[in-house]
Amino acid sequence: MTEAAFISSPHRHGGATITAVMLRVALALLPGILLYAWYFGIGILIQCVLAACFALALEALLLKLRGRPVGLFLRDGSAVVTGLLLALCIPPTTPWWMVLTGIIFAIAAAKHAFGGIGYNPFNPAMAGFVFVLLCFPREMNSWPAAPGTLETGLGLGDSLRAIFLPGREMVDATSGATALGYMKSRLGLMGMISEIRADPVFGTFGGRGWEWISAGFLAGGIALLVMGIVKWHIPAAMLIALTTVSTGFHLYDADVYASPIFHLFGGATMLGAFFVATDPVSASTTPRGRLIYGALIGTLTYVIRVWGAYPDGIAFAVLLGNAAAPLIDHHTRPRVLGESGSGA
Amino acid sequence: MMRALHAFPGGLHLETHKEKTCAESSLLQPLPERIVLPLQQHIGLPAEPIVGMGERVRKGQMIARASGYVSVPVHASTSGTIVDIGLHPVGNPATPDARCIVIEPDGRDEWFEIQPVHEYASVDPRELQAVIRDCGIAGLGGAGFPTHVKLNEGVENAVDTLIINGVECEPYITCDDRLIQEKATYVVAGARMIAHAVQAKHCVIAVEEDMPQSFAALEKLVEDDIELVKVPTRYPAGGEKQLIKMLTGFEVPSGGLSIHIGIVVHNVATAAAVYRAVTRGEPQVSRYVTVTGDVDRPRNLQVLLGTPIHDCLRTCGFREDGEARIILGGPMMGTHLRRLDIPVIKTTNCVLVQPAREPAAELPCIRCGDCVDVCPIKLLPQQLYWHARSDDQDEAQRYHLFDCIECGCCAYVCPSHIPLVQYYRHAKSRIAAAERQRQGADHARTRFLARNARLDRQERSRNGALPAAAGADIAEKRAYISDAVERVRDRRLQRDPNQGGDD
Repeated sequence: MTEAAFISSPHRHGGATITAVMLRVALALLPGILLYAWYFGIGILIQCVLAACFALALEALLLKLRGRPVGLFLRDGSAVVTGLLLALCIPPTTPWWMVLTGIIFAIAAAKHAFGGIGYNPFNPAMAGFVFVLLCFPREMNSWPAAPGTLETGLGLGDSLRAIFLPGREMVDATSGATALGYMKSRLGLMGMISEIRADPVFGTFGGRGWEWISAGFLAGGIALLVMGIVKWHIPAAMLIALTTVSTGFHLYDADVYASPIFHLFGGATMLGAFFVATDPVSASTTPRGRLIYGALIGTLTYVIRVWGAYPDGIAFAVLLGNAAAPLIDHHTRPRVLGESGSGA
Repeated sequence: MMRALHAFPGGLHLETHKEKTCAESSLLQPLPERIVLPLQQHIGLPAEPIVGMGERVRKGQMIARASGYVSVPVHASTSGTIVDIGLHPVGNPATPDARCIVIEPDGRDEWFEIQPVHEYASVDPRELQAVIRDCGIAGLGGAGFPTHVKLNEGVENAVDTLIINGVECEPYITCDDRLIQEKATYVVAGARMIAHAVQAKHCVIAVEEDMPQSFAALEKLVEDDIELVKVPTRYPAGGEKQLIKMLTGFEVPSGGLSIHIGIVVHNVATAAAVYRAVTRGEPQVSRYVTVTGDVDRPRNLQVLLGTPIHDCLRTCGFREDGEARIILGGPMMGTHLRRLDIPVIKTTNCVLVQPAREPAAELPCIRCGDCVDVCPIKLLPQQLYWHARSDDQDEAQRYHLFDCIECGCCAYVCPSHIPLVQYYRHAKSRIAAAERQRQGADHARTRFLARNARLDRQERSRNGALPAAAGADIAEKRAYISDAVERVRDRRLQRDPNQGGDD
């Protein structure tokens, strides 16, 4: 009888794969992406495809350079998710080379420099986004005008021109600010929230249009929770922390501090809570650690939004949370079955 | 009175695949051409042969005696002639070959004269232990720990609860289920004997919810002295720590034994074997084995110890096209067998045939934490993996590597298909090896220091420097010895106050 290689137990597998996980994450992004396109034009779809293709190409290149099996690792789908998340963070009219810059930083510097999938201490998409945000602050803050304030969102032609033939004077449609940005600049000018909120950039509970996109991401996030891809700890802790802190300040002075609903549905809160902070590689992994990690990101997001230099704080908060994750994990080791009390 | 069950952390709902074998009565596996009996079928020291080549033995005759306290004897499982005592393959991945006694059966299957113990309830528990040891009984649940040692721990410590474990949580395996259905009287009587042997206050027999026939069979036999409990079907509910947690809410201390919290657990098959040993004087010479998976006639077999696995597979219609993977044990914790001429031993519960699939490529850990959620010990498998892989032995131990029961839940759910259990097992053996080496070095160092001290003393006494000191030394030693004698006497008095008078 031939001596086959010894195979260790267990001899069964539940069938889960990274590819399936990433595919579901990408699918769960769809409702938000489609609503985005509905409110702000087709540009976001182009941006998503573009960023995903860049990410795949760069991933393949780096795998090859590092001598790793290209097909095996490309199939895991993590590069596509990184591309999609980056595309969702930047304005839909961002020129292609800025997207590429962000992707290069995300995939090469934030992911493969550390060893590729599983080894990156920071979320690659957020690292890439923050990189372009710091390099190109003006472009990263020219958002499409709120839907309904001009006749239509950008059409296919305008979007393609903005992305692939940058440099021409952009139409007025892109000179807008997001609700968070508008709120921040007006508050800086000593405006009162009651007055600021009258501006057409605001919708019923968040930014006009953005509030429904956030609702789309919330729906996708809940789907991920139900499928068990994402565990409840991080999103729950993050949203509860953000709600608690913002409610406190809102009750203290409603004219200077926006309502918790505005913080929950304004900016990238929902995207961040369900799709970014939950990136397993860079997050805390112990059950208690995930709660602390989520709460930390929620609180930091509020701090950065209200007192920081940038209108939205999700990306910075997530990166700071990433940096704290190993420490949190170290101090939140669960009490092992039969271990005496103190560790609990 | 129904016992309130507690939940154990983690675990998995697995497809059980038990319907293939649990409903059909067991078959007697025919006598093989040769019986190969390993001297080590249990945890502890291997037994020592007490027969010679060419000697005729009968069924049930002791052919190798226990070689120490943690050891059990081996008995001939049929009558015949000893044709070999030497190395044979036993299928253990660590030691592929081990010392075995080979018997050529004469086909008559003649029993050795055996002496039953009557009226066990009036017998001293210690005497029962001796009977059980002499009958070669080692835990039949899979670990093979000598039963008498566990019983002795029970006598030495106060036992609150005896648990008879009929929870076969691994998929496919039904040998205990079948045994209970066919030999329920043995199991219940054996449980009563063990309860007597350890002087347990309570006795619980636990079976799984998906073993209704077994439950019904036991229900007819138990009385107020035994509590019969159904536990939910959830892997690994039959693990000792998990079962104790479920039934009592107590946790076995990390690094400790169940007896430290007053609980003793024995397998149902062990209980049945104890019954046979005590009431009939029958040593352990056979057991139930489930043969299942990709075979034409999956079935439970009653197999004489020492029968080749291959014979059992043939009985159940195994197709020998070389494509299958044979697992000894269940799909979650079983051992991959690379040859089939190895014998059935006391711990062989199942032979599983499954298609040989290439294992999926191992990808890096993405720290998803799915393993954390299913770990029944509440370990952090992803962190353990990290430390095991980088051979960071101190960190691995700090993360409780040695509390891992190797149930395989973590590897089962891992989306990166990392063979986590293999990493843990490897790390455990590396740490054990390092420990042995350290102990060896310590031993050498102690001896070196002792030698130096001795030489020094000799030198000084030769110079006439120590005559008085030597006298003091002797007085000190005498005091030490009399102290020790005193201590032992005290201890004996405490344990057996009634017999104190004889001293």
